[in-house]
Amino acid sequence: MIDIWSGLSQAFWLLVTLDADLVEITLRSLRVTMTALVIACAIALPLGAFLAVRRFRARRVTIAVLNALMGLPPVVVGLIVYVFFSRSGPFGVLGLLFTPTAMIIAQVIIITPLIASIAHQALRELWSDYHDLLISMNTTQRQRIQALLWDGRRALLTAALAGFGRAIGEVGAIMVVGGNIDHHTRVLTTAIALETGKGDFALALGLGFVLIFMAIAVNLAIHYISRTEQEGRW
Amino acid sequence: MKRIIISAIASLAMTGAALSDDMKLAVTTSFHNSGLADILLPQIKEDTGIEVQLLVVGTGQAIKLGEAGDVDAILVHSLKAEEKFLAGGFGTHRREIMYNDFVFIGPSTDEAKLADATSAADALRRIEAASAPFVSRGDDSGTHKKERSLWAAVDVEPAGDWYNAVGAGMGAALNTAAGMNAYIMSDRASWLNFGNKADLALVYAGDPALFNQYAFLPVNPQKHPHVKTDLAAELEAWLVSDVAKDLINGYKINGETLFVFNAE
Amino acid sequence: MVSKLFPLVVEGASVRRGRKVLVGPVDLIQEGQGVTIVIGPNGAGKTSLLRMLHGIARLGSGSINWACDDIEARRRQAFVFQSPIIMRRSVLGNLAYPLRLTGMSRTDANARATAAAHEVGLGDMLARPAPFLSGGERQKLALARALITKPELLFLDEPCASLDGRATREIEAILIRTSAAGTRLIMSTHDMGQARRLATEVLFLLNGKIHEHGSAEQFFAGPETAQANAFLKGDIVE
Repeated sequence: MIDIWSGLSQAFWLLVTLDADLVEITLRSLRVTMTALVIACAIALPLGAFLAVRRFRARRVTIAVLNALMGLPPVVVGLIVYVFFSRSGPFGVLGLLFTPTAMIIAQVIIITPLIASIAHQALRELWSDYHDLLISMNTTQRQRIQALLWDGRRALLTAALAGFGRAIGEVGAIMVVGGNIDHHTRVLTTAIALETGKGDFALALGLGFVLIFMAIAVNLAIHYISRTEQEGRW
Repeated sequence: MKRIIISAIASLAMTGAALSDDMKLAVTTSFHNSGLADILLPQIKEDTGIEVQLLVVGTGQAIKLGEAGDVDAILVHSLKAEEKFLAGGFGTHRREIMYNDFVFIGPSTDEAKLADATSAADALRRIEAASAPFVSRGDDSGTHKKERSLWAAVDVEPAGDWYNAVGAGMGAALNTAAGMNAYIMSDRASWLNFGNKADLALVYAGDPALFNQYAFLPVNPQKHPHVKTDLAAELEAWLVSDVAKDLINGYKINGETLFVFNAE
Repeated sequence: MVSKLFPLVVEGASVRRGRKVLVGPVDLIQEGQGVTIVIGPNGAGKTSLLRMLHGIARLGSGSINWACDDIEARRRQAFVFQSPIIMRRSVLGNLAYPLRLTGMSRTDANARATAAAHEVGLGDMLARPAPFLSGGERQKLALARALITKPELLFLDEPCASLDGRATREIEAILIRTSAAGTRLIMSTHDMGQARRLATEVLFLLNGKIHEHGSAEQFFAGPETAQANAFLKGDIVE
């Protein structure tokens, strides 16, 4: 219990004094995860809508694979990305290993199945509502997907936030591909792992609380923005 | 949407390319936990302009990173693994820099009476005889290899309920030992810097067999042409310089010296 | 208005679900004027017939031939469903959607949608999220949305089921205006009063087949078949 209190007070002091290192790794965490989130959403949301709208032979298999990939251990993703981007790997010449870019790639792989799967669940219901109308209106596949994505945007926001949550709290993969290099690839979660390893539980917990505060702030901010943009509830 | 993504990728790619006078050095967790890096790196940056990016990993992973050419040099402490690394042609040479020592940590009550041990070998025999809980790194790290070689030297194959291989770094293994109130072999630096000592205490140290030699091995540019051999050479020159010698020998935690500079 | 859709020639067309025949085989010719009302007991196949003609139910047999090609034909039709399918957007967004599909600019589409909303009495709730409208308002919105692309043929599947008298009158008024403006209507209903008020032609369905087909005047004066007679009297017909 003492660790919890000292963790809270550490978090408090880190925040009120705007500790330079803390600000740096927090911003890096946000930048990496937000970039990964934007890319993952750009892939996963249309994919989820496509799976809802289109009946094709491999559809069930695709959905099963997506659901299975949701449970993929991040360390495995990290290792796979490492193998590909290692200097001895096929994409080694790009020199991306131990850069924020490699961390983004790993996070995209981790959260895309999650977002696509949740998006598919939500849009499948919407599609069963819209099916007759959109068929009657002679819409193209693309128009159907667009309508589902736009009208289902609130449910999709939830999917995106779930992806954000998984990415921002992820440590296994980005530790392997980012390397936790100080001032370069260190983010909140890898810093927490590092401090835990040093036995400095108070600082680790403090950083953990900062992570929680930030996740809450991002969630609130996104909900606030999406509510003020649109009058009404849909 | 597309434009956002493209610009995001572009900006990231650029930050990756903008760094020039930096090099990547894989070091062991035990070295990093000592805190010495925080003293050396700023001085290196000031004297040579090189920004050394540390990858803090276990010895096994450090060697792998070197073999794959993902780092420019490694700083590790496992002679056998280092020799294998050189034999495989992955490194250009091995330069000894400094040493520290391993210590035995255990419950302050010390049931196995390690405080009375006459040597490292004797200490291990006492743990085995008492079947006292013992935490092993079990992660193929330099520390783990050292521990295995000590067991081998006393002809004991450690097994049984009392022997816990946790497969984790030094800090995590110390956390486990603190939780179990178990014996563990740690490097002195990690122990001194460790924040969660709980009921643990240093119970045995001093046998020369427990000395722990750190060596610097640049990655072979003939295997990996992209490695920054020049920077690695410059760093090596600094590491064996008098500036480094004074910093390393002068580094203390709680008034205790941790490292002994022995580069030639 | 001369429609490119008609005559519509239906030959031996049927819709099945599994082995069960929902409607058909149907042989039917439709010309380009008037209001065809489809009546018959529950389960007679009214909805299936409308969906089949509109082309959103897969044909199990036979053919449906419009005077123009099928894609062109679909573009000239619209469908109002029994429980209105309301998109999760504003009233304005719902009305503008079919226009946007045709490639119309947002400004033009919104202008047209605003005018259409005023015509059906939804003018003061343009920004309201449509799923929260009342039942009558939702059906008026669905109707206005179906009409906004000026279809030559409008299918309506029991549009006034579960609506109160006032909402039904408002919907009927819109339908009468629409028909007068030259749009062909094919509509199912279970409300015989409504059928008498709107129909120029009646299709009486029984067990998935067209049991009787004739002008409204003749049908309501005295149906040819005993079953239709019984149905008009309010007896249970099977």
